[in-house]
Amino acid sequence: MAIDIKEVEHIALLARINISEKEKAEFAEQMTQILQYVEKLNELNTNEVEPLYHILPIYNVFREDNVVESPDRDELFANAPQHEDGYYKVPRIL
Amino acid sequence: MELHELTLQQLIKELEEKKTNAQEIMTAILNRINAVDQKVKAFLTLNQEAAIEKAREFDRQPWQGKIAGIPFALKDNYCTKGVRTTCASKMLENFIPPYDATLVKKLYAEGGILTGKLNLDEFAMGSSTELSAFFPSHNPWDLERVPGGSSGGSAAAVAADEIPFSLASDTGGSIRQPAAYCGVVGLKPTYGRVSRWGIVAYASSLDQAGVITKDVSDAALVLSIIAGYDPLESTSVQMEVPDYTAFLNTDIKGLKIGYPKEYFQQGVDGKITETLKKALLKYEEMGAHIEEVSLPHSEYALPAYYIIGPAEASSNMGKFDGVRYGLRDFSADNVADLFSLSRQAGFGPEVKRRIMLGTYALSSGYYDAYYLKALKVRRLINDDFAKVFSSFDVIVAPTTPTTAFKIGENTDDILTAYMNDILTVPINMAGLPGISIPCGLADGLPVGMQIIGKPFAETTLLKAAYAFEQATDYHQLKPSLGVR
Amino acid sequence: MSNEFETVVGLEVHVELKTNTKIFCACKTAFGAEPNTQVCPICSGFPGMLPVLNKKVVELAIKTGLAINAEIASYCKFDRKNYFYPDLPNAYQISQFALPICTNGYLDIDVNGSQKRIRINRAHMEEDAGKLVHDGTITTTAFSLVDLNRTGVPLLEIVSEPDMRSAQEARAYLEKLRSMLLFAQVSDARMEEGSIRCDANVSVRRKGEEKLGVRAEIKNLNSFKAMEKAIEYEAKRQMEAIEDGETLIQETRTWDDEKGVTRSMRNKEEAHDYRYYPDPDLPPIQIDAAWIEEIKATLPEMPDAAKQRLQDQFGLPEYDAAIITTSPHSLSFFDQCVAVFPEAKTVSNWMMGELSRMLNQNNLEIQQCKITPAMLADLLKLIADGTISGKMAKSVFEKMFDSGNSAAQIIEEQGMVQISDEDTLRKIIAEIIDNNPVVVADYRSGKEKARGFLVGQVMKATKGQANPNSVNKILTELLTKEGD
Ligand SMILES: [Mg+2]
Ligand SMILES: [Zn+2]
Repeated sequence: MAIDIKEVEHIALLARINISEKEKAEFAEQMTQILQYVEKLNELNTNEVEPLYHILPIYNVFREDNVVESPDRDELFANAPQHEDGYYKVPRIL
Repeated sequence: MELHELTLQQLIKELEEKKTNAQEIMTAILNRINAVDQKVKAFLTLNQEAAIEKAREFDRQPWQGKIAGIPFALKDNYCTKGVRTTCASKMLENFIPPYDATLVKKLYAEGGILTGKLNLDEFAMGSSTELSAFFPSHNPWDLERVPGGSSGGSAAAVAADEIPFSLASDTGGSIRQPAAYCGVVGLKPTYGRVSRWGIVAYASSLDQAGVITKDVSDAALVLSIIAGYDPLESTSVQMEVPDYTAFLNTDIKGLKIGYPKEYFQQGVDGKITETLKKALLKYEEMGAHIEEVSLPHSEYALPAYYIIGPAEASSNMGKFDGVRYGLRDFSADNVADLFSLSRQAGFGPEVKRRIMLGTYALSSGYYDAYYLKALKVRRLINDDFAKVFSSFDVIVAPTTPTTAFKIGENTDDILTAYMNDILTVPINMAGLPGISIPCGLADGLPVGMQIIGKPFAETTLLKAAYAFEQATDYHQLKPSLGVR
Repeated sequence: MSNEFETVVGLEVHVELKTNTKIFCACKTAFGAEPNTQVCPICSGFPGMLPVLNKKVVELAIKTGLAINAEIASYCKFDRKNYFYPDLPNAYQISQFALPICTNGYLDIDVNGSQKRIRINRAHMEEDAGKLVHDGTITTTAFSLVDLNRTGVPLLEIVSEPDMRSAQEARAYLEKLRSMLLFAQVSDARMEEGSIRCDANVSVRRKGEEKLGVRAEIKNLNSFKAMEKAIEYEAKRQMEAIEDGETLIQETRTWDDEKGVTRSMRNKEEAHDYRYYPDPDLPPIQIDAAWIEEIKATLPEMPDAAKQRLQDQFGLPEYDAAIITTSPHSLSFFDQCVAVFPEAKTVSNWMMGELSRMLNQNNLEIQQCKITPAMLADLLKLIADGTISGKMAKSVFEKMFDSGNSAAQIIEEQGMVQISDEDTLRKIIAEIIDNNPVVVADYRSGKEKARGFLVGQVMKATKGQANPNSVNKILTELLTKEGD
């Protein structure tokens, strides 16, 4: 499985990472290399194997519907790059 | 021995017997850090003033607790209230969490004092600590070499006597591998045994917090403190927490030890297998039953890991978008650019690589071929272990295929770098407990022995490790560092 | 031209479940709070934070499933839906993709007097996203503001099959669904507060064709009316496009209520690939029969059953029964009222008549009305025992509605008691007969109208308080007697 530049661009868009032309070429090469290594998994016939989603056999972990007062807004905003009037602020959406 | 050289339990004893006080201990620790950390570069953030003040407070009016008055340090992916938590990433260079990770609360509750935050590969993705966005850490045994990773700072600091113990995290070997490289004890408990709450996630189904100490008995003590169910963490298990130190004894007659043949082939350095074989003979001498076993799917664990780990990481890393905290590129004039420019500037190359790889593995058309396939292989790996554990108590193997490599040696070849985890990754895939303890030197560098246990059988694991430690003195070997 | 086509509609309805706290953290869910005051590090997607599932959400989801005749899964789990948006702090929404909690339900709706079954494909639990506030509109604003109060509010997404054939059917389905939600007490189901939100999948096809046409998903339908208008508009647009030989594309469109048009939301380079995968932080859910039974026992009478009961038990016409069972409040009002005043049809007439008129006039819901069922029953009793006339009762009712005072109190204050005392009435009537010889003569010569005039005079003289039955009786008696 070889990854080309176009595919790298598509993945970078999905992952919301701006990457340089140089990085595109590097990622294409490195991802191809890694995926070729991963091809090794195809040596195994797994048709009859159930995927293992959760390693622990635990179910129904719940909390009760009891309110805990939210922390002060300013405590969260202390790390915010930009906020205004009690909102996080971001540049235009479109 | 100097105070900074003592183990955790030696320090506790000194304090209890009033041979010293918390301030003296903290001062010794800080002096040691100031003396050697320019070379080791284990610490990212020092909590110097607050730590010394806390120690003073303790001496004025001591509080109770299993580690009352004792300094500790944390891998910098543990969130600490009011103390910068960077994950060794530019993304979080100035991030100050408004909360403590559950395990940090537990250490505080037992009276421990936070001394500082330790270096790692950015967001715990790596095996050398060269991938820290700030600086690489160095192996105290040979400063030209890596301490391993991703918890390189945590292992190096303990090995260099900068801290009696540290907490770290292990997703594919990130505690055990650096512990092996630095000649200290590194314990990764069973998945679900300790809470992940407040530890910045890399790959949630594989991540598990653990401890790095100078000897096995200290590891047992710290595990007794940090283990247990956390109502904030849905995958932590409701199961009683034993006093792990109570199970430590040297009587391992009849203990059934399997050593998997696959862990003694595939590119494992001859000097390492030799050292391990000697260790196995030692076990036999002590009355354990030694037998070769097979974990036939071992070679598939690493390729499966390089799908599952990055896939989960690609999703976990999405929250770093420059909106609520972390690095923001202020030049962006729309949201799409805000995301992609901030993430470009905030993440290093390995983090980007894993996000890209994981995004690809989950994307439409590739999910079944990669992610689902890897989860199926994960089942096979898990079944291998279960089969061996139906007739053995523990599995013993080398922790790493080589001793610590030179800084810069593996940075160009991604796959070679990934191979470092080949002997530790399967244990994460199966969620098992594992410990690495020193079992000798090869060319003057520490060799780690990995002991793997059944799920939640940390008691057996620690006992096997303790018995070996008591019968040998490898854990007492120390790097010289040229400083006394 | 358009009669060759039929419209095909499926609805995706997001229902906010009625809980005190969010789905994965303990923040409040109250509507209308100051921005970012019902948030915490967990629902703000801070590093290291983990979700814990609110049990109430699962219970309400099961309850809703039972109300919509769905199968409840014995095993289900959560997946992550990955995409970037400033109102989605983790860059993934925790939802259920592969294994939803409910499948294969249905609702029966009335279409032109007959019943039609609308199948429900699935219902799944998920978390809501936050809210963006723009300066102006989303297209003209230079920046946006993010409020995360809503992030993590529990939703149940209910997805119908494309079984509706018109905007009116879609509306009937949504109204029926809303009424089921209110009866089951699982949601406030207020469209104006967004506690139910609806997206419509609309396509058209030539009549007789089996294959579904290319569909558009219409968003931003904020009221029943908007939904109806949007579906009508969109169906017409598609029909015209097909007639004009255009090729439709599958896309998402938004309803512009002001202009009355749907508009494409397509973004040229936007890549949509949600990369769903199981959330490793949340263990799966097992639901056994006992749990389902327990919840079933808490489910109140549903509207279809109630409607049948009103017909069987009280002999109400189907029309009346249908109207009374449109909301649980109206049904409960009826039931409480007939418990005191058992003439069901009278109660029904008053509810559908005066009560409904006054509620509409004042834009109120029945549960906000100052008149309690017991108060209406008292009023009806006063009519029945002749204390007041039906006409007087209407004016008393209005005063009760405005003031919240009882009928007795208003009658007393206004001196509105009906005059039934025959001696008093006989005197008044005799006097009126004496004063109007011409009219009396007219009556006696066979002009029935003249009698009406005399009754009017009696009412005028008694300010309308004369008991009409008594007046008639005495008038007949006196006119006959004197005529002999
Ligand atoms: Mg949805
Ligand atoms: Zn919250």
